Formats: sequence, C-alpha cells, structure tokens
Amino acid sequence: MIDEHSLYGPLTDPAGDAGHSGHPQRVGFFTDTSVCIGCKACEVACKEWNNVPEDGLNLLGMSFDNTGMLGASSWRHVAFIEQDRRLGVQETGLEGLPTGPPASDHDAAVVAGALRHTERHGGQLGTSPADLPFPSLPVPGDGDGAGGRDGLRWLMASDVCKHCTHAACLDVCPTGALFRTEFGTVVVQQDICNGCGYCVSACPYGVIDRRPDDGRASKCTLCYDRLRGDLEPACAKACPTKSIQFGPLDELRERAAQRVADLHDHGVPEAQLYGHDPDDGVGGDGAFFLLLDEPEAYGLPPDPVVPTRNLAATWKATGLAAAALAAATVSAFAGRPGRGRR
Amino acid sequence: MGSNMAEAHPVGFQWVMEAKARGARVIHIDPRFTRTSALADQYVSLRAGTDIAFLGGVINYILGHGLEFREYVQAYTNASFLLSDQYQDTEDLDGLFSGYDPVTASYDPSSWAYDSIAAEAGSGGRDKEQSAPYQHGAGGPLVEGGSGDIAADPTLEDPRCVFQMLKRHFARYTPEMVERVCGVPRQAFLQLCRAWTGASGRERTGALVYSVGWTQHTVGPQYIRAGSIIQLLLGNIGRPGGGIYALRGHASIQGSTDIPTLFNLLPGYLPMADTTHGDLRRYLDTVAADKQKGFWRNADTYFISLLKEYWGDAATADNDYCFGYLPRINGDHGTYRTVMDMADGKVSGYFLFGQNPAVGSAHGRLQRLGLAQLDWLVVRDLAMIESATFWKDAPEIETGEIVPGQCATEVFFLPAAAHTEKSGTFTQTQRMLQWRDQAVEPQGDQRSDLWFAYHLGRRLKQKLAASADERDRPLLDLAWDYQTDGDEPSAADVLRRISGVDLRTGRAVSGYLDLRADGSTLCGCWIYSGVYADEVNQARRRRPHWEQGPYEAEWGWTWPLNRRVLYNRASADPQGRPWSERKALVWWDAGQRKWTGHDIPDFEAGKPPDYQPPEDAVGPAALAGDDPFIMQSDGKGWLFAPAGLADGPLPTHYEPHESPFPNLLYGQQASPVRKVYGRADNPSNPSWPEQHREVFPFVFTAARLTEHHTAGGMSRNLPYLSELQPALFVEVSPELARQRGLRHLDWAHVITSRTAVEARVFVTDRMVPLSVDGQIVHQVWMPYHWGPAGLTSGDVVNDLIGVVVDPNVFIQESKVLTCDVQPGRRPRGPALLDYVAGYRRRAGVTPETGTRISTAGGHLGPPHTEPAGPGRPAQAGEPS
Repeated sequence: MIDEHSLYGPLTDPAGDAGHSGHPQRVGFFTDTSVCIGCKACEVACKEWNNVPEDGLNLLGMSFDNTGMLGASSWRHVAFIEQDRRLGVQETGLEGLPTGPPASDHDAAVVAGALRHTERHGGQLGTSPADLPFPSLPVPGDGDGAGGRDGLRWLMASDVCKHCTHAACLDVCPTGALFRTEFGTVVVQQDICNGCGYCVSACPYGVIDRRPDDGRASKCTLCYDRLRGDLEPACAKACPTKSIQFGPLDELRERAAQRVADLHDHGVPEAQLYGHDPDDGVGGDGAFFLLLDEPEAYGLPPDPVVPTRNLAATWKATGLAAAALAAATVSAFAGRPGRGRR
Repeated sequence: MGSNMAEAHPVGFQWVMEAKARGARVIHIDPRFTRTSALADQYVSLRAGTDIAFLGGVINYILGHGLEFREYVQAYTNASFLLSDQYQDTEDLDGLFSGYDPVTASYDPSSWAYDSIAAEAGSGGRDKEQSAPYQHGAGGPLVEGGSGDIAADPTLEDPRCVFQMLKRHFARYTPEMVERVCGVPRQAFLQLCRAWTGASGRERTGALVYSVGWTQHTVGPQYIRAGSIIQLLLGNIGRPGGGIYALRGHASIQGSTDIPTLFNLLPGYLPMADTTHGDLRRYLDTVAADKQKGFWRNADTYFISLLKEYWGDAATADNDYCFGYLPRINGDHGTYRTVMDMADGKVSGYFLFGQNPAVGSAHGRLQRLGLAQLDWLVVRDLAMIESATFWKDAPEIETGEIVPGQCATEVFFLPAAAHTEKSGTFTQTQRMLQWRDQAVEPQGDQRSDLWFAYHLGRRLKQKLAASADERDRPLLDLAWDYQTDGDEPSAADVLRRISGVDLRTGRAVSGYLDLRADGSTLCGCWIYSGVYADEVNQARRRRPHWEQGPYEAEWGWTWPLNRRVLYNRASADPQGRPWSERKALVWWDAGQRKWTGHDIPDFEAGKPPDYQPPEDAVGPAALAGDDPFIMQSDGKGWLFAPAGLADGPLPTHYEPHESPFPNLLYGQQASPVRKVYGRADNPSNPSWPEQHREVFPFVFTAARLTEHHTAGGMSRNLPYLSELQPALFVEVSPELARQRGLRHLDWAHVITSRTAVEARVFVTDRMVPLSVDGQIVHQVWMPYHWGPAGLTSGDVVNDLIGVVVDPNVFIQESKVLTCDVQPGRRPRGPALLDYVAGYRRRAGVTPETGTRISTAGGHLGPPHTEPAGPGRPAQAGEPS
C-alpha cells in the first residue's frame, strides 16, 4: 500500500512503507561538524570494517583532504575548508600581524584548474587514482599585494551517504539491488547489482558510484551487518569527539536542535542543521548534519530533490498530454472536411 | 602550548572537547594554526623557540598584578624560603646564573641552595656528561637537610626569599618584551593573561597541556619549569581540573621512562650506577640524603628490592645484593653520542626495537652513516623499515656515500608481533597501566619483544653455562625464572614481579611501603608496586565508568598506588578542608581521623593536617601535615629549583641554538650549557653573534600528522593511512610564497647546513608571518613521516636537523632551527652535496660554528668541538 508520501514529502516510517512489519526504530547519523577534529578515524574505521579498498594515493591540495569526495571506495569523506573568516567568537589573533591577502581562493583555483584537465572533471576523485597536472597559477598577492587577512577558520566535516527518506538510488534501481532495510536505511547488494549506473545519476548528493574494476555500485550501508548484530556503525564507534553520533533518528533530531540552540547561545550564530527537515526535497535525511557554513561550502547541494518528487506530476502531465492529444486527434477527425467538398 | 593535541592525541582530545562543552575556555598557543587551533576558543601564534619569554611574561603579569593564589603559594610552595647570598641571578650576570664555567660549559649549582642549608660543591662537568639531573625524575633532587627548618620569611617580603627573587628575575618579561621577542601582539598576550589568571583561586582551576613541542628544545625542561611556576602560583597543582599534562610521543612512552630504555636510569627513576659508586652504601648515599623529607628517603628499600628481582637468591647482604654486577656509566652514552661513536667506528653492534632512526631521529643522515659503520645490526619491527634497508635504499646511495656492495653492516631483521598479538600493559600520559589481552596469534616468525628478550637471555645463559670467567657471573646469576606459557613468557608474571613479592610469604606486596632493604622483598619497579596487589592484575580492571565514581579508580591502575591526581593533598587548604565545595577532591575527615575524598589521597592516610614532625625526623616521618609535595626533599612545590637542573634554578629565555635573532633579554644568546657536538658531520647554521645568518633566514619547525605514525613504519605500509596523507609537503604562508615564488602544489626544497629536502608546496593562511623586533619573520613547517620505503615515499625531513641537545635529559632541539626555502626540486646525486656545501660556504659554516656557546657580557667563550674520529675518513659531504 503506497501512501501519498511514498514518493515525496514527509514519511514517518520508510521501513514500514517498504513493507517491513514489526521493524526496529529508524536509525541514522547526526554529524556535528562543530566538534570534528578532522582525524579521519571514521574513514579508516569504515574501510577496515567494510573491507573497502584503497582509493588512490593522490595529494589533492584541498587543505588536508586527500579523499576528495564520496565514492564507491570512500564511504566516509572528511572535508577540510580553510576560509579567511572568523568562526563565531573564536579569536585567532591575526589582527596586528603583518599579513597579506589570503591564499584560500588561490589554492582553490589551483585545484579547480587541475580538475578541469582530468577525464571526468574531478568526478573520479574518490574512486580511482588520478595524476593531476597541477597548473602553476600566480602566487597569492602577486597582483597589487594589498590587503591583509584578519580572519581564519578551518572547517572540518565528515560526509556520508544520507540514507534519504526518499532514496533516489533505490527508486531508480531496476534490479532490486538497492533496498530499504528494517532500520530505514538504504543498502546496495553488490551481488545483484548489474552496474547499469542509474543510481549514480539519480543520487542528488553524488554519493553512490561504481567501482571501476567490476562496475558495480557501492556506498555506505550504515554498517547493516553491525546493526543486525546490535553494534553501532564503525565510523561512529571510532569517532573520538562524538562528532558522529548514531541512534534513533527522532532522538538525534532532538539532540541536534538543542545543540544548535546551545551554539547560538555561545556565540556561534552560523551553526545550522542540514538534512534534518522531513519537508525537504528528499523527505529528510537519515544522516543529517550540523554545519558552520552554507552547505555549498562543504560541497553539499543546498536544495537536494529526489527525482521521484515529480513522478506524480509527471504522470499527471503525461496523462493530461495524452488526453489532450487524444482529444485533438478526435477533434481532428471529427472536424475533418468531407471529401466531396472539393 | 607546544602541543597539537587534536592531531597527535585525538583520543585524549575528546576530554578537552567535553570540557569545552561544559564551558571551559580552550586556548591554543603554537607557531602554527593546527586542527587543535581550529577547535580552540582562542589561538595565539608565536615564534617557535620563544615560549619561555612568553611564559615569563605571564609570570611577570601574575606577580606584577598580585594575582597569585596567595594562601596556596604561602603554604605549599617554597616561595618563602631564603636563598644563599652566594646566589647570583641572570639579572646580575647578563643571562648567566652563578657557578658557570665556560670551559666545561656547565654549572656548579652549589650557590643555588637555600640559605640555611650548606650544599656540597657539585661537579657540573661530570653531571652534565651523565645527564645527572634526570636521575631525580620521581624523587625530586636531593636537598640534604630538607627535613629540618629552612630559613623563611612567611610574609614573602625578604629580598632574598624565593618569591622576591622570582619577581626580580621575571621583571623584564613585560608585554612589550613578549611582543618584541615572540611576535605576539600585546593585546592578544594580555587577553591570554587575563584568561589564564582567571582560572585560579578557590573556585576555579586551569590545566596546562604540553607535548614534544616543549621538550624538543635545548631548554626543554625549563619550558616545563616555567609552566610549573605559573601553575603553582595560580594554585593549579594537585587540584581537580588543574595540573600539567605531559602528552607523550606515542603509546607507552611513559612506560618506557618508568621502566626506562635510557642509559642513565634504572626502573622507577633510580639512577644508573656510575664509576664513582664503589659499593652499595656509596651509591645509596648519593641517591637519597640522610636528612631529607619524603618518600625518596626510602630509596634503599626500592633499590635493594630491584637487585633482588634481577639476581634472586644470588643477591645477599654479604655481596651487596650483587650491586657489583651492575654496569657502570662513565659519561655520555646517550643515543646521539652513540650514533656519533658509530660513525667514528667505535661501536660494533646495535639493537633497534621498534625504532626507525634512519627516518625518525634528528640528523637522519648521521644516523644512516652511523648504521653503515656497524658490524651487525638487529632490527625488530612490524615492517621492513628504512633502518633495516638503509644499505640499499638510503639517500646516501645516490650521493655515493654508502655503496651497497661495500657496506659491511650485517643486518638481521626479526619480525615483531604487534600489540594486538601479545598481552601486556600500556602506560600512557596519565601514568595509568592498562592491560590488554592478546587478540590474535602472531603470524609466521613474528614474536613479542618479551619472547625475544627472554629467549635471548636464556640462550646466552646456556652458551655461557660452562664459563668460569668472573665477567660472565652477572648473566649466569640472573634470576631468569619467569613463568612461560608454551615458549611465550607470561607477561602477567613479569608484571607481578615488577609489582613486587614478599619473599617470606611468596605473596604479592600491596605497595612500595611494603618493600624492605634487608633482601626479603623483590620489586622490579617501585613506583609500579601495588599493580599486582592481592594477587590481582589491577591493570586489567575495566569496570565501566557508569558503575563507579568520577575518578574511576577501578579502571586500570595508576602509579603511585592508584592515585589519579598527584599531590592531591594540595586540593585541600592547610587545615585539610577543600578550597571550595566546587573544587573538592580529598579532605581530612576529623571524625574518622583520616584523609578521604573522591580520589585516593596522595598523602599518608592518617597524618592530620596540623601534624608537626619531631625535630630529628627524616623521610616520610618528617613531612608535616601541610607538606603536600611528598616526594620533594622539603615537601614543597618548587618555584625555585635549588638543585636538580643543569641549566639553572629558574627558567630564562635563551634563543634557540639556531636563530635569526639576537637575544633581546640578555647578552647570553642561547643556553650556556646546551650540549653541542662540534663535528664536521654535524654542522650548525650560524646564529648571533656569528655572521651570515641571512643565508638561513627562516624559522623551521617539524611535527606530525594525525594520519601517520612517527617514522612511518606503522603507517606508510598501510593503504588506508597512506591515502589520507600521500605525500610530503611543506607549509608556507602566502607572504613567504610571494617572497620566494612558491606555488601551491608545485615543488620546493628546504635547505640547512646538513642537507636539502624537497616537498610539495602548501600555501596556507594557517601559516602567518610574525613581526619580531620590527622584522618580519617567516616560519616553515613540515611533517616528518616520510622516507624511501613504503607505499608513499619522500625525503627524510629529519635530515635537515642537526644534533644539539639540552643538558638535563639529552633531548635534541628538533622543534626549531633555521633554514632557507627555494622553489623547485633539489639537486640529485653528488650535486646535492655540492649544493649544500655551497650554502655552508656562503654562511661561513665550519665545525666550530655554533659551538662558542658562552656569549654573556660580550665575551665569546671557547669553542666546544671534537676532533674527527680515528676510524673515520672524511666524508665527501663535509664542509670544506
């Protein structure tokens, strides 16, 4: 029985909607990036537990991020973002130091320039080794050399599959390799996947990808095997500062709201939640985040939408179009002038 | 400060984050904006190597504004003690203390003593060679007469009292001076002073964390002294939320100083015997003074129990408990001296247990050239590390300095079992022993270190069994009778014997108070005594925190005697009441007539706060009821160190051995007692007053990344870690990038008078230029994990660093030096040697450079160079 929210909008029980009965509570991740120390223990623990292969030994130049993005062989990805801005009330003491213009834009341009010359414009970062030909742009401040920097913040955030309430990957999968678990999470079964790649283009976050060697899709399982064994996922277990919190989604949402309020009270007005809202374009994420900047800064889409959102409207429009076409056809025939008129 | 805790100790950093969530203010002071800074409330950048100037400024701020926790300072520190009129301060001698001898570059510390206590003239020269002050790690240095009355002025007004001397010594460390020396703007500094001094008093405490960013300097121990003085003045020692946290370099390094891998120490910080120790009595007399306070006075019970553990039944009162069997040291046998002796052909064999000096030790070049002169080398490690493969892949092969076909060193590589493959304990920063059970069997020929040491000893004993030679007796008489399980020695049995056994009953002792000096107890390390109390492996306890009190006394076991906060008697006021309810830790329960509280009291349980010892009391009995520092020979926290340090009783700012700047505070440029090794193969970059400092204009510092483990043996072979930081890089500010034409991700190379190493450029806003005395100074940072082997390889950053060490603990100055940076890759092969020789020529570097270490009063002292070794032909790369 598909209810009206099976395709889009708030859905309180995705596991039940998928046909699980008597299932456990929906679980997920709340990743609080305000306490992430960028240790990458989540990336390593994930690979150890899930036997995910190495993903290329490339110095990317994106601050301390050498993973680049989520992919078939990187199920957790810690982003590092250096910005010439203050974080809340943090004092960096840069005022009064003999600084020139910041380098962050320059570094980003170098990296972006390198990615332009690669096969998939950086799309392969996180899936296979790439030897990036880094362009030698002018050094920062080579222009007029004017200006000084007075702010600096270094954001770190561990990204992961969002386990959407409405999971595009699952919806488009023609083989049934992707399925909704009893925990409300989304898992791909490699032994069923035929490598068609529909899920790759469907995912609004660019999370799921195919391994180049066998072509089959891979992504975070939210440690389905560990959940079945009553263990928390490996990344959450390894996280030393509780930046990655695992638990029932309802509980996590409450905790996250409290945390944002606390941060606002303590002089970090930029703290905001991302992916927590059941009314967003994917019906809310099973893995949501507390960010310290707009989602774009972390490489996250500001308004992700599941392609099935438009399914009903599409069919409606298609129906309308078909009806109109039929009507037109009928009227065309009905209004056809008689032969003998000539 | 001097610690990148989030990156180097991420697991421990969770507690900092928890404290922050509860409202603590986190301040990070470091030359570089790191992942720790990113999470701090306040970050302060300073020039590497100027921490004492900075901390001295904080001390001056405290004293100048009367912000010390007066009651604590009066009662628990030596602030009121009067100093001898022989004592002269750096204020009087242009940066030197009294007792300095420029010929040996060492101090006779006798004039630093308390006024009422006559001190023997010491042999500064010999003490310096043996790193003698280190021998007092747990005991505190010896002050004969500390048990008696020490002349004092409780009002702290007498100009010769420690408090006034402290004021005078630090008076010139003003915010203006801090700004000029450290490059820290005055406002940022004052803001920090206000925050730190706010964490003081009855209701509040503050904690100080340091790591190897403090220790790896020619004045490292004085950095820590400076931090200790601040924490004592603010009443932050022995109290909850206070303290000084020494985060160690990696797993169980605390353990490897407690049960040491050092040439001059025996377990529990007992000194190694030296050639002046004719017999046991003479040794014991130099370890503990007859008339001193505290538990170090009982050193005879600790030491004789140790000898009984070593030699068992063979050790008797008649033969001085085999004291004569102990080897004797007669000078510097530290790791760097040994490496130079290796390079000079004086050392034939070498064991490396889990250490990769070809990459991980300062002056990697010298390390490898030393290894290449050995007859044999045993390497026990998890992976085939560079120290085992140097003969075929060292950078010196490219330059022609090591020829694989001619390198005579025979290398034995023995695969080691990892920590998951063996049982045993780790002792970490918090002095806690935590037992781990074996999880999996080691594969193939991998064996535990315990297995190796045990069977090596067993086989040596077997081979020598028929020997009648006297010199084989120490080995043959060793009580090598540990229990085994199959052929694996029982780590639990070893731990039990470390903890101690009463030989009359055969039962485990309950602590070091049970040890006796009559040979009826054995104990492998007195400070660990009690870890097997009641025949239970106390280190293996893992009661969850929700089932016990806030100090989690039943998780693992902390030395001494499972006390979690050292000197916690100071958490109560002199009358034994908590300073405040909020900061209560232990207190005197008058009803039960004993100390009690949340932690185990680090004090004699039944000694009341108002206890006054009888006049002739010594040792523990001489401790008064308000002497919290029970290991110190006077029972007090030392603002001023009347003994025990080779480089002065008070911290003093000296410039690093290699510095682009003159010392703005004194004529004495750098530490006057640092240990230099003036050799052609260990050149220094010039510093004031030497010329051509501009050839190496930048400040260099090195450290590690979360993603790698020290010399890389445990990370560069693992794909999951290597991919996270796959290449060596050098971090520069955008300003330095502009000055030198360095582009993000292009190549650059860093040059010192030792060598040049290349790396990819990281231009980052996290590196910030500083203004030091009106000049802009740039700092350059590199991680040091790479070498020629492994999944990712790169130049050895430690090759840039020369060997100069501090005189207390012989730790090298690897956290600050000078360098040049140039765009592009370095020259290769023999051209590299010519290139670096060119730099040395331009900078006028000779073996004498940097060795005229006394500069006070405008007089240049004698150079401290050593002749080229006999067995060692001049190397092609040596300065001409």
